[in-house]
Amino acid sequence: MATKNYADAMLDVLSSFMEEDPNFVVMGNEVLGIGPEAMQFGAFQEKYGERIYFPPCSEAAYSALAAGAAMCGQRIFLHLGLAPFAYPAFSTIASEVATARQGSGGRVSAPATFHMSHGLLHGGAAQHSESPMGMFWNVAGIEIVVPWGPADLKGLLRTALKSDNPSLVITHAFGYGAEDEVPDEDYEIPLGQAAVKREGSDVTIVACSMMVVAALEAAQTLAGEGIEAEVVDLRTLVPLDERTILDSVAKTGHLVIADEGRLRCGVASEIAATVSEHGFESLKAPPARVARMDAPVPGNQIQEAYLAPSAEKIVAAAKQAVGQAPAPA
Amino acid sequence: MNKTEALESMLTIRRFEEAVVGLFGDHEFMTHFHLYIGQESTGVPLMAALGPDDKLATHHRNHGHILARGADPKLALAEILGRENGINRGAGGTMHMSDVDRGFISTSAIVGGSISLATGAGFALKTRGGDAVAVGLFGDGALEEGVSYESLNLGALYSLPVVYVCENNSEGALGSAGGGFPTSVSAVDDLTDIPKTFGIPVETVDGRDADAVLDVATRAVDHCRRRKGPFFIHAVTARFAGTQPLWPTLPTGATDISMAWDDSAVSGEHEQWYRENDPVLRYARQLLGAGELSQDELTELDARARERIAEARRFALDSPRPTPESALDNVFA
Repeated sequence: MATKNYADAMLDVLSSFMEEDPNFVVMGNEVLGIGPEAMQFGAFQEKYGERIYFPPCSEAAYSALAAGAAMCGQRIFLHLGLAPFAYPAFSTIASEVATARQGSGGRVSAPATFHMSHGLLHGGAAQHSESPMGMFWNVAGIEIVVPWGPADLKGLLRTALKSDNPSLVITHAFGYGAEDEVPDEDYEIPLGQAAVKREGSDVTIVACSMMVVAALEAAQTLAGEGIEAEVVDLRTLVPLDERTILDSVAKTGHLVIADEGRLRCGVASEIAATVSEHGFESLKAPPARVARMDAPVPGNQIQEAYLAPSAEKIVAAAKQAVGQAPAPA
Repeated sequence: MNKTEALESMLTIRRFEEAVVGLFGDHEFMTHFHLYIGQESTGVPLMAALGPDDKLATHHRNHGHILARGADPKLALAEILGRENGINRGAGGTMHMSDVDRGFISTSAIVGGSISLATGAGFALKTRGGDAVAVGLFGDGALEEGVSYESLNLGALYSLPVVYVCENNSEGALGSAGGGFPTSVSAVDDLTDIPKTFGIPVETVDGRDADAVLDVATRAVDHCRRRKGPFFIHAVTARFAGTQPLWPTLPTGATDISMAWDDSAVSGEHEQWYRENDPVLRYARQLLGAGELSQDELTELDARARERIAEARRFALDSPRPTPESALDNVFA
């Protein structure tokens, strides 16, 4: 076990597939983002250059290329760049990739793996700051992986690549440098298994991707005020581990959901609805959603921070949920 | 495939499409649909130029492609009626009918979908090695979609073995402005300028002429088998009057095969269609004229095609409907 960052973990997985499958291909520009971790790509590129493609700015077409290739049995990892660059590919993903299996009567799938980076960038402005997990979740027929931390990424990415279903792996743009202890060997984490990242008895905080960090920070603050929060990292949205969420809420009786995507029709809304529907008897207070406010993102940090979910907002929502703070007027 | 077999395949498609119109009229299915009538002389020779390992992506006007590639009309008609034993278990319907056993990876009803997915198939086939080729079938309208330009660029850039086949059926179409189905609206007068921009070899062929289509298709497939990059076929077909309105009809009636030898039967409003454009009658006349087929043999061949489709119709109508809850089947592996 060694300390590795996200980029290391991703390259571990991609290298293994390069070794295992002579036809495996990586396609995309800035696969490791544009931060300092991008430099880590060099050695990988040198070793597997013939099977690494840097496509033109044609997200709709190269995502369809990946889909068509996958329909012919090719394993392919496709990096779409920042999440908003996936919007030109939305038709391909929603209309071709997601529908292929059912429309063919179960006879053809497009099990490509599509990777993109999401999140607020501390000044990324309106068109580089998207977290479209909820948008893609509303498309049926694709697996959606939203990992945090290099160890989870490594196991989940490997599972997604091996899956016979199409997958979206949505990681945070600021995640590439995140470090943790990561096993050296290959391993797979099954999709549909949330992880309890901190145990607690008073309130459940459900989060995914980098909001897990904010949730853990909030839990730390809450502990100082006598409130023990349990933090559930969803890890995958499709499939969704309802059991772990419902079991946690059954224990705590209170629910806060933190998500970097927008409030309406987002991840937080879906989790709140799921628990309200299937765990209503466990809830001692209404579920609270801490999500991005419903506006485009202005290009300055002051206004961005106002819209953004944060540890402070999670703390406030949790205190209100457990009855230690008055409801806002 | 010899010429008689090609004609039989074209006639089978024609009788199939005539049955589809009838079944729609009988309210046996409710969706919008697209007919391949008038394009049989493109699809049949094109498929004859392909091998068993080749991959195809087609689109909403797929019936002729699927049948020309050898799909069972019984299963195809059951699919259009949304029956459980259809070729795609009824989930594809007329829009997404596909036959994986015959190399079809996808039938996309999103304009431009097939051209982009076929490019991916070409990528996989090139990566895998061997000499199989991919075929992307689309209409002229697909060249209005941005993804088509991007895909041609990728096909040329990566030198992919893709035969792009544009079946241009807009000639004589009404278009939205005339109250018909939307059709080609482009600032480009000559569509072959588009693949040329990317350095892709392109040939225009009279889509009504099966022999000419076979010739160009054979050369295009050979070009791709030799891994010389993509090839673009621009096949110009004649618009069938029944596909001019929003909802297809049979204004020319069920095809009267005697028109192939009896000129006195050819008259009326659609005389030009019968005489010059109907590719089935054209090919039948050609084979009769060349002595490759007798009038009796043609009559018998047509009777066989009609009986085959009548049987498919009975099969489809007798087929079980899917259970409501099977709507959730096959979403994931």
